[in-house]
Amino acid sequence: MLFLEQILNGLQMGVMLFLMSAGLTLVFGIMQVVNLAHGSFYMIGAYVAATVTMKSGSFILGLLAALPATALAGMVVELLILRKLYDRDHLDQVLATFGLIFFFNELTRIIWGRQPLFMDVPDWLSGSVQLLPGINYPVYRLAIILVGILVALFLYLLFSRTRLGMQIRAGATNREMVEALGVNIRLLYTLIFGLGTLLAGLAGVMAGPILAVEAGMGESILILTFVVIVIGGIGSVRGALIGALLVGLVDTLARSFLPDLLRFFMETSAADRMGASMASMSVYILMALILACKPTGLFPVQTS
Amino acid sequence: MKKICLMLFIILAFTSPTMAAAPVKIGMITTLSTKAGYLGEEIRDGFKLAIDLEGGKLGGIAVELLVADDGRSPEKGRQIAERFIKRDKANILTGIVFSNVAMAVVPKVVRQGVFYLSPLAGPSMLAGKGCHENFFNVSWQTDSLSEVIGRYASEQGYNRVYLIAPNYLAGKDNIAGFKRYYTGAISGEVYTSLGQADYAAEIATLRKAKPDAVYFFLPGGMGINFLKQYGQAGLNGKIPLFGPAATDERLLKAVGRAAKGVINSSQWSADFSNPANKQFVEAFKKAYGRTPTLYASQGYDTARLIGSALKDVGGNLSDQDGFRSALEKADFASVRGNFRFGSNHFPIQDFYVRQVVEKENGQYGNQLLGKVFTDHSDPYVQECR
Repeated sequence: MLFLEQILNGLQMGVMLFLMSAGLTLVFGIMQVVNLAHGSFYMIGAYVAATVTMKSGSFILGLLAALPATALAGMVVELLILRKLYDRDHLDQVLATFGLIFFFNELTRIIWGRQPLFMDVPDWLSGSVQLLPGINYPVYRLAIILVGILVALFLYLLFSRTRLGMQIRAGATNREMVEALGVNIRLLYTLIFGLGTLLAGLAGVMAGPILAVEAGMGESILILTFVVIVIGGIGSVRGALIGALLVGLVDTLARSFLPDLLRFFMETSAADRMGASMASMSVYILMALILACKPTGLFPVQTS
Repeated sequence: MKKICLMLFIILAFTSPTMAAAPVKIGMITTLSTKAGYLGEEIRDGFKLAIDLEGGKLGGIAVELLVADDGRSPEKGRQIAERFIKRDKANILTGIVFSNVAMAVVPKVVRQGVFYLSPLAGPSMLAGKGCHENFFNVSWQTDSLSEVIGRYASEQGYNRVYLIAPNYLAGKDNIAGFKRYYTGAISGEVYTSLGQADYAAEIATLRKAKPDAVYFFLPGGMGINFLKQYGQAGLNGKIPLFGPAATDERLLKAVGRAAKGVINSSQWSADFSNPANKQFVEAFKKAYGRTPTLYASQGYDTARLIGSALKDVGGNLSDQDGFRSALEKADFASVRGNFRFGSNHFPIQDFYVRQVVEKENGQYGNQLLGKVFTDHSDPYVQECR
């Protein structure tokens, strides 16, 4: 029973990671830009949603305000800053986007102050349901899983069924050729970046009711997001989905069962500490193992 | 003409401050950025309030407060301390929030004849083997608040407590503090990673262990996350929660009803009725428009302690021994009531437990439950020689 519940927890964490990494992997894979500030858009999404929800009392309104806000913020950043960085090497991009993290953290501090914001689960999603006898699971976390499935479906349809998706895929494979065929690659880049930040904003909104809405909240999820896209293969949305679920499950299961497992071999308090340390390493061990077998990730994108 | 104007301006700008009598400089190194920024803000605001209430003075002596943000970094803290001492000639430093920053700064500055008064960080090292005559702690030793919880849980007859803390030094110290005074059995002990955001896995495991109470030490944002998720899992109100200083007034604003009923330990509470505290809480609300936290009360007490000692030596800090013995006397009305220093310059004071209740305006706040320790000292005082 506990195992099943922990699997659900792992899936839910994986979904959050997927929302974050889908956008990042697109930007990284297609535009060849390392964007460390991706977590800042997650934070912006959470802040805007928390503010609007608090003022209006409606979670839906908060969501509807946060999504365009983060997409817009992303596109402005792309137009003003990232555009100048496409021809630079990765180190310059890392420096500039790292600077953006400080900028956005300070900006939220100026606008909202140091007080973490309050955001609660909307009434119609609060409480828990009994899935099986003995498993009561919070409705809100189930809703997060559902949102993740919908987003995955949406991205699948977008990439495989629409003209825009085709152009994006083509852009990932061969940038010059796409440009030569008359596609406005600059506009395409702005749109991709906006889509990526919108997804990060969505993750931020969904995280708002379960996490502290505070400056710097984006950085804690950013590292795992990078792990996910490295595991999944840079540029691959399918890879991001599989990678995110893998990371979510491994991290959750390791955290919940490693200490118990270690208790068979050593005394309790040592097992607890050892288990905690090993659990926090588990994701990185997973990454190392996958990279050892598949150096370009699980679903590498062919580029020419 | 323009150049002359500029010159005149520069000359004016640089000469005017020196005309006034030189105020005593107090350097505050604190954490104003990062997620923990609100802690430093509370300390600074409490400290500043004491100065403002006296019209720019402490104990009748003009003071100048210099504030800098250490960003939680020991290295940066050390640089700021250097700057305050060498460039600004500050003789009194204060403000540090985190133990690791304090360990990087304090031992070095107190050796240079500078006084350091801690409004928060109280690592065991500075209370025991690493104590120094120029170091004073005006808050509590790190273990103390967990010792209070340990004693209270035993007194209330809890016998299957589940423990949760991050896997780092202060987390282990707090668990040790809890166990020092707890006599019941431990239902489970879990160490999370520092800065962890999601506690779903831990909460599911915890629920299965069926403890009769949960002790959690998860400072700042970690606590917000944990409390929200604990409430969403439907456990709030079913298994009681205990935490050291876990629900300060700032945190409560971000958690809301999910914190209702949480029992936390403190040396101070906003509803204390002593005159010093009434004046403090009222003035703080008026100045900043919010209820002060225990951190603000510690900043305020630190400033007033400095004031009492400055008054004693007439603002003459070159009389180091005089200033030190004036500080040791702690001759000021602390907002927490009883207050005196032990031989290691850590407070000997009373500790209380508070419970989060819904106030009449729909906000959540802490209400005093009762006293747990009277004249409580820390376990490291014997190691200080």
